[in-house]
Parts: sequence; structure tokens; C-alpha cells
Amino acid sequence: MMDDRSPMTDDVVLSVQDLHVSYGVISALRGISFEVRRGEIVTLIGANGAGKSTTLRAISRLVPIQQGSIIFEGVDLRAVPPHEVTAMGISHVPEGRGIFANLTVQENLKLATWGKKDQREIQQAYERVFSLFPRLAERRHQLAGTLSGGEQQMLAVARALMRGGRLMLLDEPSMGLAPVLVREIFDVLREINAAGTTILLVEQNARQALKLAHRGYVLETGTIALAGTSQELMDNPRVKEAYLGG
Amino acid sequence: MQTLIQQVLNALQLGSVYALIALGYTMVYGIIRLINFAHGDIFMVSTYVAFFIGTALMSHALRLPGIVAFGLTMAAAMMVTALLAVLIERFAYKPLRQAPRVSAVITALGVGLFLENFTLATIGPDPRFLPRFFSVQTFTVGGVAFSNIQIIIIAVSAAVMLLLDTIVRRTMVGMAMRAVSWDKSTAPLMGVPVDSIISITFAIGASIAAVGGTLFGMVYTVDPYMGIRIGWWAFISAVVGGIGNIRGAMVGGYILGFVEIFTPVILPASTYRDFVAFSMLLLLLIFRPYGILGRPVAQKV
Repeated sequence: MMDDRSPMTDDVVLSVQDLHVSYGVISALRGISFEVRRGEIVTLIGANGAGKSTTLRAISRLVPIQQGSIIFEGVDLRAVPPHEVTAMGISHVPEGRGIFANLTVQENLKLATWGKKDQREIQQAYERVFSLFPRLAERRHQLAGTLSGGEQQMLAVARALMRGGRLMLLDEPSMGLAPVLVREIFDVLREINAAGTTILLVEQNARQALKLAHRGYVLETGTIALAGTSQELMDNPRVKEAYLGG
Repeated sequence: MQTLIQQVLNALQLGSVYALIALGYTMVYGIIRLINFAHGDIFMVSTYVAFFIGTALMSHALRLPGIVAFGLTMAAAMMVTALLAVLIERFAYKPLRQAPRVSAVITALGVGLFLENFTLATIGPDPRFLPRFFSVQTFTVGGVAFSNIQIIIIAVSAAVMLLLDTIVRRTMVGMAMRAVSWDKSTAPLMGVPVDSIISITFAIGASIAAVGGTLFGMVYTVDPYMGIRIGWWAFISAVVGGIGNIRGAMVGGYILGFVEIFTPVILPASTYRDFVAFSMLLLLLIFRPYGILGRPVAQKV
């Protein structure tokens, strides 16, 4: 049964099939499969080390793929070099924010327009980002390393918006943030999604993630243990016990 | 007083060359954390390129004006040396990017030895002279004598450094270089092709060394081992300024220029200059390892 919040579409944007990734002898992903449809917010939840970040890093081609396929809008990403994945329409907010602390806020944003030619589109992206995060506008000339944790996370999301992908991957945007900031970031994500961007969200904060997402997958030691709509997962006794604190 | 100003000019002239070479060490270190010990020898090769091309261009058949021949020689030396550095990076360093850092450092030393001995074997040990692009004119202002060559070296170096500083601070490529230097795994997420940025960094570092090489060759002789001492001095310049810091390398280069010129003024003989320079390096490594302009960086985990 579809969740009533789920956008009714069969248009699969991202299809991951039988994905295997290992770091040396340690296997991080042992054949996971999932799909993301256009307009959805899908979340991957799971404990530390379950393979959530690895999944996103595999999609962005930052880690080598042993086996399986990742199809984005009909194209197999295995043949695409890392810096071109984002040009195809995937923006990635990495774990730990990954902001360039030695660059100013403005430079961080500007760098994210790498390869874009259309000045009007770039200008519109700036306007959108600064209206979503007015604090970044105030601090645009500050070195990004001097921002607070919350502001750095905003910058990381803002940078992904500057890249302007149709699919946004987010890796633990709530990590290390106070609850009020987590809500602020998640509100922005809802807004971004409403404006048409599909979202794949990785979170340890399962409660917040399932509240935001339409559907979810539970990752356990490199395999998908459960899948369902957010409501189904929130009602599932196993999820309740293991991830929502009983 | 006149002698002092005279010596300051000499120090600026030599310091300019050290600064130009130091930039290559610092840029490469900044982007891939490698001390490129072949860089002094890349500088040596650039002076040979300038020697051969300059000699050909200044041959009487061509009748090129000196300034044109000088410009073309420098441009050609920059291009050839940049290509050499890109090839060295691609075939000697890139395969070792995931290897322990010491492997790449040893490889760099090996590349340096190769360049020295290859030059020795193919061109020979005899010192060479670049052709005179300009007739030397000496001016005397208030008792201080200086030559047009000195002014050209100091001015061209300053212009190149200003240009580099602008590229690194104001352009997209410069921003990408700084970003890659900070975090290589996030840069591709911004669409930045990390390998190309690393190649560009090697190319820029080598072409700046070639500017230094062409200028240096206008005053001193060229031989296969010249890159060793000058390379060390430039390396010390980079460390003194704060390795990885571009403005630091510039400042460090001038400091080492002053050390070299003023050591014989203060100490009994110029042979003490290496002692002074390396002592400075040691003291700095003990008390301020991040250099004059560098900042202590918390190790990222």
C-alpha cells in the first residue's frame, strides 16, 4: 500500500541492483537492491557501519564497485568517472559535510558551479540558496572553516543546490546538530523536495528520517533487511525496537 | 650605504629565482602532499631548454630582436618544462597515489637522479651559457650601480608571482586547486576533475620554474648538477615560508636570497652560506614547523 504522502509515479530515477562493495577484504555491501522514483524522498536507515555511506559513495563513484549495477535515468554509472556523475544530475552532500574550510562561503558556492555556463541559471541558484539560508548570505566572505556546525551543514546543502541536480544524496545531515537545527535542515529538505528534487537520505536519526521520507529501507551489515513506506517501517516492531528506541 | 643597496639588489635578484622555484615545491606539496625532490632538476632541464631554444633563436640568420627572442625562449621553456612535469606526474607519481607517502618521495629522488644523469649522458658536463638576449647596460643612480638584466629578473619574477597569486585566488581553477588541496574526495562531487587539477598544478609549478631557469641562465652558467644546490635552497625557501603556502614560498625565496648574499658580509666566507641556510631550516623545523606564513593545521581524521 502506498503511503498517502507518496507522489504517485512509476518513473524510476535511480535503480540499484545487487550492489557489492568491499574495502580490501572487508565487504561493506553484500548485494543490495533498491529504487528511487521521481519526486520521492527515500531514506536508508541503519546502524553505524551498516553500509549507508558506502551506498551513497558508490553511487557517486567514489568507491570501486565489485558487482551489480547503478542505473540513473537509464545510464549505468559504473562507466562514468566520479566528477561527471554530478554533471549528469546527482548532487551529493557528503558525510561530515565536506565543506572546503580554506575557502570562503562564497567560494564554496562558486566552486559548486564548476562546468556550468549559463550565468542566469547560476544567478538564480545563488538567489535561491541565499533565500533558503539567509545566514550564508551574511557570512559569504567568511572562511567556511569558521562557520558553526549548523551553518556548515547549511553550506553543504546549499552547495548541492548550486550543483542543481535532479537527485540529491544526503549523508547524515543531522549528525552533530542540535535538534532545533536538525528540524531547520529537514524543513529545507522538504521544501527542496516540494520544488521537484528527488531525495535519497541516509540517516542514523531514524525517527526524523522516517517522518520526512515517503519510503525507507533498513540496512543491516551490508544487506537490506526491511523495506516499506515510512509508516509501515515506523509501525514495524523490529524497527521500533532497534531504531526508534522501543 | 651604496654597497648595502647594491647587495639588496643582488639579494632580490637571487631571491626572485629561489622564490620562483620554491613555488613549484609548495604547490605540489599543497595539492598531493608530496615533496617533489625532482623539482630542482626540472628547473635544470628548463635552463637547458632555454639554452637550446635561445641559441637557435639568436642565431644570426633569424635576426630577431633580443626582446622577442627572450620572450619566445621563455615561453618555449615554460611549455616544454610543463609537459615534462605533467609526464613525470602521470607516469612516476600517479601510480603511487595510494601507496605510502615515502614511496612517492623516493620515486621523486629517483626521477631527479634520472634527469641529472640523462642530461649528463646526452648533453655532457660542460657548463653552457645562454646567448645574450640584451646587451648589458649598467646604470648608476646615487652611487648604486645596477644592470638592466638585474631589473629584468626582478621585474619579470614579480610579475609572474603576481599573476600566479591572482590565478590561485581569483579563478575557478585556482579555487579548485585550493579545494583539492583541502579535500580530494569531496572535490569530484562539485564536478571538479581532480586528476586534471593535479596535472595543471604540476604544469604551473614547472612553468614558473622555467621562468626562473631562463632568468637564471641569463646570469649564471648551466650544467647538469645545477639543480641540486638551487633545488635545496628553493626547497628551504618553501619550508621557511610555510610549505603549501604560496605567498610563504615567495617570502621564503627572498629571505634565502638575502641569506646567500649577506652571509659573506657578516661571516668570514661565503662557504658558510649552506651552513646558515640549513641551520635556519633546522631551527624552523624545531620551533615553527609550519613556516613563517603557514598556520598550524589540525590533522583531519
